[in-house]
Amino acid sequence: MEERIGMESSIAIAEVVGRCDVDVVAAYPITPQTHIVEHLSEMVANGELKAAFVPVESEHSAMSVCCGTAAVGARTYTATSSQGLALMHEILFIASSLRLPIVMAVANRSLSGPISIWNDHSDVMSDRDVGWVQIFAENGQEAVDLTIWAFRLAEDRRVSLPVMVHFDGFIVSHMIEPILMPDHETVRGYLPPFEPLLRLDVDRPVSIGPVGIPDIYTESKFLQHKLVVDAYQPIVETLEGFGKYFGRHYHPVETYRAEDAEVLLCTMGSLSETAMTVVDRRREKGHKVGLMRIRLWRPFPFEDIYRAVGAVQTIGVIDRAVSFGGPPGPVASELKAAFYRKPQQPRLVEFIAGLGGRDVALADFERMFDVLLSTRKTGQVPPPAFVGLRE
Amino acid sequence: MEAMNVFASRLFPRENRFVSGHRACQGCGEALAVRMVHQLLGRNTMVASATGCMEIISSSYPDTAWSVPWLHVAFENAAAVASGIEVGLNILMEKGKLPKRRITVVGMGGDGGTSDIGLQALSGALERGHRMIYVCYDNEAYMNTGIQRSSATPFGASTTTSPAGKFSPGQQTWKKNLPMIAVAHRIPYVATACPSYPFDLADKVRRAAEAKGPAYIHMFASCPTGWRMNPELAVAIGRLAVDSQVFPLYEVVDGRLHLTHPVREPRPVKDYFAPQGRFRHLDEAAVARIERRVREEYQRLLERDGQILF
Repeated sequence: MEERIGMESSIAIAEVVGRCDVDVVAAYPITPQTHIVEHLSEMVANGELKAAFVPVESEHSAMSVCCGTAAVGARTYTATSSQGLALMHEILFIASSLRLPIVMAVANRSLSGPISIWNDHSDVMSDRDVGWVQIFAENGQEAVDLTIWAFRLAEDRRVSLPVMVHFDGFIVSHMIEPILMPDHETVRGYLPPFEPLLRLDVDRPVSIGPVGIPDIYTESKFLQHKLVVDAYQPIVETLEGFGKYFGRHYHPVETYRAEDAEVLLCTMGSLSETAMTVVDRRREKGHKVGLMRIRLWRPFPFEDIYRAVGAVQTIGVIDRAVSFGGPPGPVASELKAAFYRKPQQPRLVEFIAGLGGRDVALADFERMFDVLLSTRKTGQVPPPAFVGLRE
Repeated sequence: MEAMNVFASRLFPRENRFVSGHRACQGCGEALAVRMVHQLLGRNTMVASATGCMEIISSSYPDTAWSVPWLHVAFENAAAVASGIEVGLNILMEKGKLPKRRITVVGMGGDGGTSDIGLQALSGALERGHRMIYVCYDNEAYMNTGIQRSSATPFGASTTTSPAGKFSPGQQTWKKNLPMIAVAHRIPYVATACPSYPFDLADKVRRAAEAKGPAYIHMFASCPTGWRMNPELAVAIGRLAVDSQVFPLYEVVDGRLHLTHPVREPRPVKDYFAPQGRFRHLDEAAVARIERRVREEYQRLLERDGQILF
């Protein structure tokens, strides 16, 4: 059973975490993640959710507590943002190396300095390589759905990896929107009880987290890489399973009006929805433009990207973070690297947009499509541009 | 655990949980203390270890010295990880997902992992009131990385980052009083212990395990390598530390201080310093200055013996 309700995304996420029969939530407050953990602690306080809420003294300890709870076999959830994710950085690598299937919401927010509580993807991009499965939700419904899915995938014994569910801070986290909320029984029907691969157990003692000498470190990293790469198949299967069960379908890469497109714009997160409006407008004018939305960030969905791009020769990539002194867009770099494996590479135009809560308006998308169309015509790729920069 | 009032040989359960074959240095007082603690705590124990000597010497994959469940995550978070284990076990038992039984959860770290980088995680765990034991094995410097000073290094000790030199007497700050920081959290049990006093140690580990909330044990852990002394002195040096009043043995039960081995006629501090190379550079005046401070601090403890500290 699902009920259609108007609800703030954060509250809906917290509600659904409760319906996932989570055992432990350990979290530290940080804007804009706060509403999720406030609501969860309220549910525990009211007895609506039988779980332990651990109000830790830092995000570093939040992730450390999560390692402890997941290691004894408790279904574990946390949420963070920005500086909080950065503070967890060290432990994120360890959680994935120990194969602890923790689920974490990340309400994406910029990194200091200057301090900014507003949305971009600086936090995500700094934690690209931590060995977690990472997926993007574009709105509240997707955040709710992908949270349920995240537990299913994380706890899949072929995977047993932690999962980050990313969504844009404020833009998604604080938005009140109509959401189809599955009830407890419905969620239970999709999400079996957690059966960990390995757990701390006094009857079968194990040592978890030993020293890796040079003789075994390379092998352990190879296996870890393979594990994340191989998580792709279970990801596709479980997303399909989710679609069959709930009727809402998600894919590693999704496209919008891309079938016969001559230029594609690539987005991640909530910008896609604005971009679609502009794609529609352009299509009405006869411009063959389309959209490619990367949903799965890790493992990187190479084949889906190749399929989505097809024969398109000109792609624009919107990055919401900067690799200072680097290419500079992290998503664009990833796409370039992906196409370097191919005999032919599409022209790739880099846009940096929507940093630290800067609005990316319809007019900005219009200009980006103009650039793409002229790039297609002239074959000249302009240098990376900061969209809407005041000079 | 049975009462412990007879022979030393019968004092400790025979079975080791931290078994031989690990890679600790000869005469490691810390490994000795770890072994004693876990002999006493027995099989129904889970350990969260900080990065440090005890972690690297006991867990080089594929070997392990631990026959109880053991988890190492990072350096500064052993208290947080231990609190997670406690929370996880409790909720799973409460929800009927694990059989109900008493499992002792232990967090452990060295003095660096506890009094410096791990202080925040420790404070958080103590404040939240988890039923767990945290043991700080204090060998008074970062021995694992090569004898660098920590906030637990005693005044005057020469380490690789507080070297004695023409313009420096070695460590120039006084040792951070970690057990009293633990006491300030108003937890039910805090103790100092030393493996050279096994009866006293056993008693304290037992009380810590029975405490209804967080228990903190500050363990004297001699380090022949870092203290530049002969390994056969590992036990003797603990006696000297206690008998010279340098390392007071006490416990604080529900806030009440109790000196478990009061030393009223102390040996000179120089007797404790003499076998250790780390103090060899100190002249008589420096030793006298340290001794004054040691006596003052001990006097304060004696005066407050039997009193409520919070």
